Amino acid sequence: MAGEKVWWILTVMAVLLATASHHHRAGAFQSDELLIEQDDDLVGAIGGGGGGGVGVDPVSPPRSRKRYSEAAESDSKVQFTLEHAFGDSDFSPAGTFSARLKTWSHGPQTLTKLRFSRNALTEVDKEKFEKLLQEDDFYRIRLPSNVLSPPGRDYIVASIKARCLPRDSLDEHFVIHMDGVNILSVNYGPPGACPYPRQLKLPAKWSFKSHYYLKSTDLAPRTPVFTEEITLGENGEAEVVKPPERSFWAKYWMYAIPLGLVVMNAVTQAMNMPPEEQAGGQAASQQGAAAAQRGPTAVRRR
Amino acid sequence: MAIRTSVLFVLLFLSSANLAFSLYEDQVGLMDWHQKYIGKVKQAVFHTQKAGRKRVVVSTEQNVIASLDLRHGDIYWRHVLGADDAIDAIDIALGKYVITLSSGGSILRAWNLPDGQLVWESVLKGSNPSKTMLIVPMSFRVDKENLIFAFAEGCLHAVSSIDGEIIWRKDFAAESLEVQQVFQAPGEATVRVLGYLESSQFHTYEINPRKGDEMKHVIVDFPGGLSGDTVLVSDDVLVALDATRLVLLTIFFQDGEINFQKTQISSLVDDFHGLVEILPSKLADMFALKTNEFLVLARVTDGGKVELVEKIKEAAALSDAISLSDSQQAFALVRHENEKLRIFAKPVHDWNMDLLKETIKIDNHRGLVQKVFINNYLRTDRSHGFRALIVMEDHSLLLIQQGEIVWCREDGLASVIDVTTSELPVEKDGVSVSKVEQNLFEWLKGHILKLKGTLMLASPEDVAAIQKMRLKSSEKSKMTRDHNGFRKLLIVLTGSGKVFALHTGDGRIVWSLLVQSLRKSENCDYPTGLRIYPWQVPHHHAMDENPSVLIVGRCGPSDDAPGLLSFIDAYTGEELNSLVPIHSIVQVIPLPLTDSTEQRLHLLVDANQRAHLYPRSPEALSILRPEISNIYWYSVEADNGIIRGHASKGSCSHDAEDEYCFEPKHLWSVVLPAESEKIVATGTRKINEVVHTQAKLIADQDVMYKYVSRNLLFLATTAPKGSGEIGSATPEESLLVVYLIDTITGRILHRMTHQGSQAPVHAVFSENWVVYHYFNLRAHRYEMTVVEIYDQSRADNKDVLKLVVGKHNLTSPVSLYSRPEVIAKSQSYFFTHSLKAITVTSTAKGITSKQLLIGTIGDQVLALDKRYLDPRRTVNPTQAEKEEGIIPLTDSLPIIPQSYVTHALKVEGLRGIVTVPAKLESTTLVFTYGVDLFFTRLAPSRTYDSLTEDFSYALLLITIAALIVAIFVTWIWSERKDLQEKWR
Repeated sequence: MAGEKVWWILTVMAVLLATASHHHRAGAFQSDELLIEQDDDLVGAIGGGGGGGVGVDPVSPPRSRKRYSEAAESDSKVQFTLEHAFGDSDFSPAGTFSARLKTWSHGPQTLTKLRFSRNALTEVDKEKFEKLLQEDDFYRIRLPSNVLSPPGRDYIVASIKARCLPRDSLDEHFVIHMDGVNILSVNYGPPGACPYPRQLKLPAKWSFKSHYYLKSTDLAPRTPVFTEEITLGENGEAEVVKPPERSFWAKYWMYAIPLGLVVMNAVTQAMNMPPEEQAGGQAASQQGAAAAQRGPTAVRRR
Repeated sequence: MAIRTSVLFVLLFLSSANLAFSLYEDQVGLMDWHQKYIGKVKQAVFHTQKAGRKRVVVSTEQNVIASLDLRHGDIYWRHVLGADDAIDAIDIALGKYVITLSSGGSILRAWNLPDGQLVWESVLKGSNPSKTMLIVPMSFRVDKENLIFAFAEGCLHAVSSIDGEIIWRKDFAAESLEVQQVFQAPGEATVRVLGYLESSQFHTYEINPRKGDEMKHVIVDFPGGLSGDTVLVSDDVLVALDATRLVLLTIFFQDGEINFQKTQISSLVDDFHGLVEILPSKLADMFALKTNEFLVLARVTDGGKVELVEKIKEAAALSDAISLSDSQQAFALVRHENEKLRIFAKPVHDWNMDLLKETIKIDNHRGLVQKVFINNYLRTDRSHGFRALIVMEDHSLLLIQQGEIVWCREDGLASVIDVTTSELPVEKDGVSVSKVEQNLFEWLKGHILKLKGTLMLASPEDVAAIQKMRLKSSEKSKMTRDHNGFRKLLIVLTGSGKVFALHTGDGRIVWSLLVQSLRKSENCDYPTGLRIYPWQVPHHHAMDENPSVLIVGRCGPSDDAPGLLSFIDAYTGEELNSLVPIHSIVQVIPLPLTDSTEQRLHLLVDANQRAHLYPRSPEALSILRPEISNIYWYSVEADNGIIRGHASKGSCSHDAEDEYCFEPKHLWSVVLPAESEKIVATGTRKINEVVHTQAKLIADQDVMYKYVSRNLLFLATTAPKGSGEIGSATPEESLLVVYLIDTITGRILHRMTHQGSQAPVHAVFSENWVVYHYFNLRAHRYEMTVVEIYDQSRADNKDVLKLVVGKHNLTSPVSLYSRPEVIAKSQSYFFTHSLKAITVTSTAKGITSKQLLIGTIGDQVLALDKRYLDPRRTVNPTQAEKEEGIIPLTDSLPIIPQSYVTHALKVEGLRGIVTVPAKLESTTLVFTYGVDLFFTRLAPSRTYDSLTEDFSYALLLITIAALIVAIFVTWIWSERKDLQEKWR
């Protein structure tokens, strides 16, 4: 029984260690492993029904992460407001993002579980938006550049041509680029294409349907290092590196080809020899007799 | 046997040639040229040895030290010191060493005078930055210790001139003494140091040169305060200005006593105003003052009085005094009087006598005289002759002797700021034909020679003749447009405010112009040129007009200084128009719109992000109006780490209604976290870059679509600590982040972090890829990374059926407001060199494969095939991938010695590489500038679309003729034989 318990504790610790190294980024130990943090970086959600301001739960994070978060970090809630402006008008609050701020034991803070509730469009806003649609002007939004001490150094502004948004409702898509608690930039626009030329189209439903993601930086792929080859070479030094066995032709082609040529040459020469000469050659051995025999025939011919 | 080996070599070469670009030895100089410069001369020291070696040693503002031939102005030897190793002083010691003091006085070097070899180098350490002085005593006795004194960083060092050993040093900074002058009078044994303490006490020290101990120290209080300008008039008189700069102080410090005498400047010259400066020219018994209007020469008489000698209104320059004999000293004065340079050599003691008086006519485009150095020689009639080395406003260097310009160096070309090109005029009919007729015999002779060369029958003299002919080929230096587009004008803006047009054929200067609006004037104090743009490129319907270029500059160093524009005719080199001063200029946007005279519309963005339209014509406005809603621009606040995007909101109405000006509307912003990221490099695509196809066929008959957008900005940031020198940050605290930002919508399309990497970052952006170079602290090596982005929104256009039916979105217009669906692929490789510049080849249609041109730290240009920087390289590429041309993955990029574009040459002080497409698709023109200039043309995939220049047409013709003759001969033979057969 006791052994089983120890075993169980060990497993839990191993799991914890494994997950911990997964998140270890700026700490003292730097893993060689290529970190793929899709799970963390893309906490996505589709918030529906701008009128009600009710956000749908974001994709639930994987279990291991949850366990880790319980173990090592402290949690707090943060909220930051989205403001919008119609054309050149001033910015006014349009909705609230809320998220959980995680403080890792070794310093950096990150946001997870982003939720968004958009305020309902007022009648005035609707009119303004319609005007934007008529004029093909910009609908602008802004966010603070630091979620802890808004507005940070400056606001993050993004704009879109108003005519890109209307579908059935007003569809919008946020990708918020984060670095710790700083917002770098927000990619704002329709969730799909915005074909050009932009047609005037009024939405059927005057409410926003929001899609939103948090995105932190990707890690660059590491330069491939071919250490294997080097160690192989070092090991190989002791043994004599045998050249691969080559075929007969590969070894001796340089002798074979001239030989072949010589043979060919000889054969063709032999073939080209005129028949008389050939005969003469054959006759050489029996010259005496042949001469005696031929002499009279030749004479006879004449 | 030899033939067989050479054949083998050729085969080997051909097999490797698809990867490497290289040149045969005899092709050097055929399509490339190299010019050596030194830059604007700061100081010159003549040495005229008896042995006929007449040379002058100069130091320049481009940190070059060079020895020039006095007869021809050629460079005997030259050293380009590093960019942060500015030369403070030079002198000649022992008659055989050139001594240089550089890097704010911290490095003392001796170079061998005849060949420029470094003899020794000493590092001088001091505590405080201060004036720097180099004193080489004029002792001709060999038995002396031959000490040189260098004052730098508050310390006086005595250094042995033989081996550079520091014999002693004395620190004056500890006593907080501001040392003004250090000198050793010719007859005296002691070294004197003169200085101020807190600008109110005057100190003189006499120091034993052998040991460095203080022999005498005298202090005098001066309540009026002293300013920093001083000049030694003689061995015991110093002239200084007091703190108000209105009173001249003559300080006598003879025999341990110090006396002052004050002279009001207004008593010397009655009508001066503005700031007075003392010129540092050493004229025995005299000194020169400079006010903002004129130059004043004054003399200190024996009684200690100051008297006016001459007041010079026009531009003038003074040399130091040189001694002609023991008792006689002379100096040169150069006065610039409308297009004429009057040179006087005067003895020091008699102003009214002229030892030399010469007048030289000088081109107006050289500007005013700035510096003069003189040297004397003995004429054949035993009288004194003088030669003067003159530095002009355009940084050119002239040697004047016997009333004429012996030689002239265009050293303004050592400080190229920006380059553009212009097409040459179209060839007129009838010109070429007569030329050919004239030289028909020559032409034939040339071809026969070439033929001999190809058939390996040529004698060494013939080979030399062929080489010479190839180099001098008049084809390449003609002043008309050629079919292949190799001949162009390179229009070069230099730091001196002079614009040169260079011919690409042989690098000669076609015209040069000192731009009037880039010269100092009342409404523009410190004009500097920034960029040069093609302004008017005649085409189609405006063929008769000459092309022109636009020069953009600003009056002062800061971004919000007023701007200036100048328009220059590219054929004649005349300034057509100029606008000085105008609003500030931080960005120039050439628009893809032209008016009826083919003037390109430009938007100039000022410091308040307002966009101003040029040319300011109603026609241009009417062209721009419909497009203005599709024009966006962005601004980068590099110190703040904020990037903002703007669009036009309507006409400006800040002070007066200006319809050519557009108010910005803030559309987007990207705020980088200030504590962890600092912008170190940016990159954008070239405006005129052509992409042949968006689709890229990959291995298994699949297709990928390049994300080709002109509006992408590459940005690299590092942690603030990592933006300094390599080693200033540890791998843990250093971080390199790269961004690809769409500049229309401000969207970050790709963001990637390299841990443990740091600046310097060099980047090049082309088509859908960006390549950047940085230092990896973990691997202790430089790395290059490639990022390629592909458009996924078009990825489903692969279905042939869809294409046939027409259900594809390939022809629909692209809107950047759509959600970007891109994927980025990247891969990093180690690269051995650190680099100074990086660019990419560009061709007319963008079909030819690309090469990266890398300006290495050794001042050479290396061509690296883009295929090596392909993110899709794998360790074991499949057969299909191999066919596509994917090279097996390696961890580092190869440096193939044959692929140095500059072959054996060096482009000293390399700063930039410019590529220009030729008309021939396979070829790109490459111009590299630094202190030197280098031009060549490259064919990254070899010249697949033309025969090489040395192709022998004669040989081809002769072969064909011979074959025809052979056919006839054999035909006749066979006929005859047939006949004989039939008769048998």
